[in-house]
Amino acid sequence: MSSITVTPSRRGFSFAEYLTCLNGIVWREALRFLHQRERFVSALVRPLVWLFIFAAGFRQVLGISIIPPYETYILYEVYIAPGLMAMIQLFNGMQSSLSMVYDREMGNMRTLLVSPLPRGYLLFCKLLAGTAVSLLQVYAFLVIAWLWDITPPPIGYLTVLPALVLSGLMLGALGMLISSGIKQLENFAGVMNFVIFPMFFASSALYPLWRVQEGSPMLYYVCQLNPFTHAVELIRFALYGQTNWISLAVVAGCTAVFMIGAILAYDPSRGLARRGPAGGET
Amino acid sequence: MTATEIPIADKSSPDISARHDSAGVAALSIEGVNHSYGARRALIDVSFDVAPASFTALLGLNGAGKSTLFSLITRLFGIQAGRIGIFGHDISRAPGEALRLLGVVFQPRTLDLDLSVTQNLLYHAALHGIGRREARLRSGEVLARIALSDRAGSKVRDLSGGQMRRLEIARALLHRPRLLLLDEATVGLDVKARSDILNHVRKLVAEQGIGVLWATHLFDEITASDDLVVLHQGKVLARGQVSRVIAETGAQDINTAFMRLTGAVDKAGSEAS
Repeated sequence: MSSITVTPSRRGFSFAEYLTCLNGIVWREALRFLHQRERFVSALVRPLVWLFIFAAGFRQVLGISIIPPYETYILYEVYIAPGLMAMIQLFNGMQSSLSMVYDREMGNMRTLLVSPLPRGYLLFCKLLAGTAVSLLQVYAFLVIAWLWDITPPPIGYLTVLPALVLSGLMLGALGMLISSGIKQLENFAGVMNFVIFPMFFASSALYPLWRVQEGSPMLYYVCQLNPFTHAVELIRFALYGQTNWISLAVVAGCTAVFMIGAILAYDPSRGLARRGPAGGET
Repeated sequence: MTATEIPIADKSSPDISARHDSAGVAALSIEGVNHSYGARRALIDVSFDVAPASFTALLGLNGAGKSTLFSLITRLFGIQAGRIGIFGHDISRAPGEALRLLGVVFQPRTLDLDLSVTQNLLYHAALHGIGRREARLRSGEVLARIALSDRAGSKVRDLSGGQMRRLEIARALLHRPRLLLLDEATVGLDVKARSDILNHVRKLVAEQGIGVLWATHLFDEITASDDLVVLHQGKVLARGQVSRVIAETGAQDINTAFMRLTGAVDKAGSEAS
């Protein structure tokens, strides 16, 4: 056979090539986001409905005592703001995974996967791109929230950034992991019912955990185990210039686990190999 | 005729294997590849070479295993058994080196419909680590070559089917690969668009010395001087120059030769069951 000699092909990739690839993937994700204006609007409307309507109704019912990182009594709107920021990222992460399923069905995903750069790196770039888009949405929300009198310390807008990046990566990686197991776009409705809603409601996004514990100790433990709770708390503390170390450890650990899982799931010899070719192909 | 009697051109014949590049390497080398989806065997001991600067037609009916084979070559699926090399680079062991030399046009459209023609090309270039300035330069060149320069800013959604296919071929060539795979690239196109695309690809072989593997189920896309691999029910039934395959089956044309080859297998299969 002809495998004794090898035609030279440059080995490895330079730092500039890795960077170019990252730029390209982030740029494409941003372009797609800008082209889908309704996606931006709906990403903002969802948390704003909670902020303007839900919070207005609940502020009289649900009293918030002084709990860290707050140093005084706060309005309910102030309490749920970090939860709504995480909610934006949760939906964005799932939206990204939805677009990955769509891309896979439509074939666009192949363009990414046949790139010669390492597949793990390509998926990481895709995650970073999704996170970058979620940051735009979260900061747009923070601007509107500021007008609604939710005013964390100015330094909080900066200190919350690394927390948002980490939580965005975690939720994006979770979405990517889920997308690897979804064969058809139609199955994605199940993700809404079985992932997004339970994650959001069984967390500290809408009510402090001590309140949950009073009502249902069992639910309290579920909330403690929910990585989304820790994403919310990480963001909440970071928004006030503090660090919740337990939440940081949980979010960082979950990010690593979900990311490794997603990369393995998209490894040709593991995940995609189990599936047949796309419809109509053989 | 039973399945074992079906003539398979000698792999060491000058038809395919001997026409390697100056270093003696095949553009694409497939050795003993098997692939199953659970209990269903999609590819069974598939072996053949594609020579550099050659046009090799991979002929098979729907369900023959062509797209599965393409997914293995492009590393969308992992190889379960066998070996695939691109210019000597093992796709499993050195995927980066191998994929750098490979351009692919898949059966389904893989363009981003909401991005412009140029944006699609720039995205592809970025995935190959090609910087923005160089990518713009190359995009201009490939668009001029496929006569789409005037549509550079148009959304891909607004292109015709033939234009989209031409763009996909141009995109596949943007990183200057030496092997081009096209999986039923003319499906769904009108006669003129089909002919344009086929001529364009043949020109690439003649002028740029690119090795081409052209998967098809359409006999009229194959000429007597092409190299041919007949794939049926996951098995290679024949390989060699088209004229030689026709002669070895005692047929008058490729259509009849294909029917004789596949008919024999189908008959053997039904007798066995």
